[in-house]
Amino acid sequence: MSIISMVLVVIIAFFAGMEGILDEFQIHQPLVSATLIGLATGHLTAGIMLGGSLQMIALGWANIGAAVAPDIALASVASSIIMVKGDNFTATGISVAVASAIPLAVAGLFLTMIVRTIAVGLTHGADAAAKEGKYKTIERLHLFGIMLQGLRIAIPAGLLIAIPASAVQSALSSMPEWLTGGMAIGGGMVVAVGYALVINMMATREVWPFFAIGFALAAISQLTLIALGAIGVALAFIYLNLSKMGGNGGNGSNGGGSNDPVGDILDQY
Amino acid sequence: MMAEKIELTRSNRMSVAWRSQFLQGSWNYERMQNVGWAYSLIPAIKKLYKTKEDRTAALKRHLEFFNTHPYVASPIIGVTLALEEERANGAKIDDTAIQGVKIGMMGPLAGIGDPVFWFTVRPILGALGASLALSGNILGPILFFVLWNAIRMSFIWYTQEFGYKAGSAITQDLSGGLLKDITKGASILGMFILAVLVERWVSIKFAVELPAKKLAEGAYIKFPNGSVTGGKLQEILSQQASGMSLTKMAPNTLQANLDSLIPGLMGLLLTFLAMWLLKKKVSPIVMIIGIFIFGILMHALHIM
Repeated sequence: MSIISMVLVVIIAFFAGMEGILDEFQIHQPLVSATLIGLATGHLTAGIMLGGSLQMIALGWANIGAAVAPDIALASVASSIIMVKGDNFTATGISVAVASAIPLAVAGLFLTMIVRTIAVGLTHGADAAAKEGKYKTIERLHLFGIMLQGLRIAIPAGLLIAIPASAVQSALSSMPEWLTGGMAIGGGMVVAVGYALVINMMATREVWPFFAIGFALAAISQLTLIALGAIGVALAFIYLNLSKMGGNGGNGSNGGGSNDPVGDILDQY
Repeated sequence: MMAEKIELTRSNRMSVAWRSQFLQGSWNYERMQNVGWAYSLIPAIKKLYKTKEDRTAALKRHLEFFNTHPYVASPIIGVTLALEEERANGAKIDDTAIQGVKIGMMGPLAGIGDPVFWFTVRPILGALGASLALSGNILGPILFFVLWNAIRMSFIWYTQEFGYKAGSAITQDLSGGLLKDITKGASILGMFILAVLVERWVSIKFAVELPAKKLAEGAYIKFPNGSVTGGKLQEILSQQASGMSLTKMAPNTLQANLDSLIPGLMGLLLTFLAMWLLKKKVSPIVMIIGIFIFGILMHALHIM
């Protein structure tokens, strides 16, 4: 990597870190951050492909309430750096980078928790500033908090860049085929966990039939995702309109239980 | 006698909306989004209150506990702006009223924001972008980024304006029909797309070979032993084009048999297993690591 590339990657990492908490522009999503790192290091296509693979795994990861999802910002930034340093941009190289992202996503959780704990101090600083009516101080404290979140990813990224490329390469090339091939197979299955998380959040008796329709239609490979999306939107509109016309045929009001038949069956085991 | 009414201008409200994008920046375990909330409201507080006491009180009021989905905070901000504006103009709105509106709205709205944004819009746009990106197409990331931010920014601005105009009336609307329809529609679309994703992207391929099937007479091409004439060659080629097998034995794999039931069945079963484990409070991370170990084992044993 050239010096310019290194600086750019650290800057991208900083933005990904800030976005990891803000969750607004989605720069931390692998689709964006891995592409940007690919662009900065001159491996755009490999970056896009890595981003796509990681995005598939992370589709259902979300911060809900006080719970923190696996750290997708660190995972995508670090695995992009690993891929670039490993100098292997084939499908195998990408799937090894994807697999290496998973432990990093877990490690990132701890960094997030640390920063969120430090931020308690910022709150008390803000309290003190509020007593004096100093809104400038509150603004600075808040921006400082955002910067801490940026450093949370930028510092590990910098460390990873500082490790000589030969060390990364020899570590990656010393991995036997059964390991890399197995990781690729695991990577194909692991997306199920993300989907399961989301389904558990949304499933009700009312919406399971739409799951069945979607599953059956998806097997028709000529239907693109956009076409399927259009069918889904149409079904949602049809259902909403029909259920309004249907009057009081028991629609809307919840019966009892968890209202999720498949979930109930799963619960019983 | 009556002083002129202080009003928040459009540019004041825009600056609040811009700042609200940084709501989660100092997220902390004690009061969560509180500093970000105060940070967002500072332009309005500056405009509405002129004395130090008033400003101090306002800042304190808005450093209380707050946590919701970051985008649906916008309608709450809108309502709060309306209430603060009334208060600055002398209406009797006390701290508990403002705090009550904030707390009362953040729960139900988070219940809308999480399924709509995190579990419907992002997975759909993400899957759309990722499926393009897997083949190295730059349109994937661009589409994801542009569409997402267009949806997000217009949502933030228009719901904040809606909240501001509707004032406290919005709290009543929350139990009304529109938002219910939105969440229900989103979860229908979400479940539909999730099923598509499970079918298309959970990839489980067994490498196990089953004993080959002996094909019936007429299901395979009989090759002549001697030399082939033009006419015979034409016959053989047309037989092949009509789908007849080249050999007497058809290779038979476990995967082909599973696919003839319904493609993607194993992926569906794995998803149900993951849902069940989640209900048993197994951590997703443990499951992810477990799946990788399982994949490596199955590959080492030549099953997958």
